Amino acid sequence: MKDHYLTKRSFFPKFVTWATIVFFYIPLLVVAVNSFNRSKGGGVWKGFTFQWYRQLFSDSRIWEALRNTLVIASIATVAATVLGTLCAFALHRYRNRLQKTHYMLVYLPLIVPDILRGISMLLLFVLLFAWVNPLLRQTLGIRMNLGITTIIIAHITFCLSYVAMVVLGRLQDFDFSLYEAALDLGANKFQAFLKVVVPAIMPGILAGALLSFTLSLDDYVITFFVAGKGSLTLPIYIYGSMKHGNPAVINALSVILLIVTFLTVYVVQKLLEDKK
Amino acid sequence: MKNSTGKKLNELCLTAPSMIWLILWFVIPTVLVFLMAFKPVDPWGGIGSGWTLQTLRDLSNPNYPEIVVRTLLLGVGSTAISILIALPLGYYLARVSKKLRDLLLLLIIIPFWTNFLIRIFAWKVLLHAEGPLAHFLTFIGLLKPDATLLYNPWAVLAVMVYSYLPFAILPVYASAEKFDFSLIDAAQDLGATRLQAFFRVFLPGISRGIWTAVIVVLIPALGAYLIPDLVGGTASELIGDKIAQRTFIDRNLPHASALSALLMFVVMIPIFFVVFFTGSRKSITGTRHSRGVKQK
Repeated sequence: MKDHYLTKRSFFPKFVTWATIVFFYIPLLVVAVNSFNRSKGGGVWKGFTFQWYRQLFSDSRIWEALRNTLVIASIATVAATVLGTLCAFALHRYRNRLQKTHYMLVYLPLIVPDILRGISMLLLFVLLFAWVNPLLRQTLGIRMNLGITTIIIAHITFCLSYVAMVVLGRLQDFDFSLYEAALDLGANKFQAFLKVVVPAIMPGILAGALLSFTLSLDDYVITFFVAGKGSLTLPIYIYGSMKHGNPAVINALSVILLIVTFLTVYVVQKLLEDKK
Repeated sequence: MKNSTGKKLNELCLTAPSMIWLILWFVIPTVLVFLMAFKPVDPWGGIGSGWTLQTLRDLSNPNYPEIVVRTLLLGVGSTAISILIALPLGYYLARVSKKLRDLLLLLIIIPFWTNFLIRIFAWKVLLHAEGPLAHFLTFIGLLKPDATLLYNPWAVLAVMVYSYLPFAILPVYASAEKFDFSLIDAAQDLGATRLQAFFRVFLPGISRGIWTAVIVVLIPALGAYLIPDLVGGTASELIGDKIAQRTFIDRNLPHASALSALLMFVVMIPIFFVVFFTGSRKSITGTRHSRGVKQK
């Protein structure tokens, strides 16, 4: 039997692959090493220190940023997971004009650049507030502003599409004859759904939720557009420190976030693996 | 009859929540971008009343053509480089043992999940005037002391490729994994050289993955704002930077809208092109593939 020619002879793909992996990790490695470097600017090694981590934890703004970020990510994840899962069921179960439009609406946000989604939502909020604030002032004496609420709305909107796509993928892999078998064996529709369909697609829902959570934690561009003044999230904090702060402290923060990322990816891989 | 209304009601209950949400917070805002480009600005940074063409006329700013061209060049450049790297990589991933492949995929996915700002920041540290790369290049005499590698279009290109490459690798790999590699053997048995087999059998076979990769890299690259903002400096501003500046510094929302509408067009053109192109391509590869299977 003849072996594949290309893999036998070609060294090039292997080289590119490993070179890319090195390319991916060198900047991260530099950051990790510098987070323990006594020298503020990096570059030369001036001895081992934990001082940047200590400085990071003693900054009260970071705790405020972390709290806001977690509140936003939690609410956005729950809402986006519910909306996205319902959406995936509708897309999977019905095939008609309505669902074609529905699919377009869910898919399009994925291919619109962040900055356009950010500015478009800012425009909507500015116009909406200009319209309702005079009314609210007269009737209730309150005023709506950009802030945590507008950030949450924006995050739900972009997370929804990702959840819908992940859950839809899982539904397409699910063998619906199992559901019919459950009906034949005497389960009612609700039982069959709850005991057969839900457990089968649960890993997809969880993966979608986790993806939402990380996307929400991660987002800077859209958040910054709809944040207004004074709502601090972790990415806004990082951006501010990158522009005007101490780079050594961000090194330390980066290492902590990298560890969180490694753990998250590990959990997601485990969730998606049991599919096979 | 009753059953079918029940079914309709079921469908509506499943469809309405996400559909209404998306119309409210995605469709309406997107339409607003185009409408606001025809509004005047008011002196308090809000949107004035009435309609005007002045905002569109302001787009004839002499700096803009250069910025649009730079956005296109960097977008196309970073996409081309990402695809060129993703092709051999996807090929290699599809051919190695499952164990090694899972490890490599994990190593590729991790940067993909890492905070975007942190990834850009890592490059800032790396390219900084006092950073390791500058030290090394000064040491071997390639760089003048105290010169920075940051704040030029090449830094933007490097960081764009770094950030978007995982987006390109995953769809190319997904297609390569489904590709029937015995077709390459067949081509070589029939007298094709290795490169011919790669270009005329493998590439058409995974064209769908390649076009997906083009879209998922090109779009964020054209809309890039953070990367040029953080590592680019004033000489490498892109459309995205201008939109942010008009919004936050000048408080001129109509102007920012007009620029956004422009960017929307710039982004939509390649998408329509690619969708059209892949649509016609798919049938070709489809027939090629089935023919290959039959011959086997």
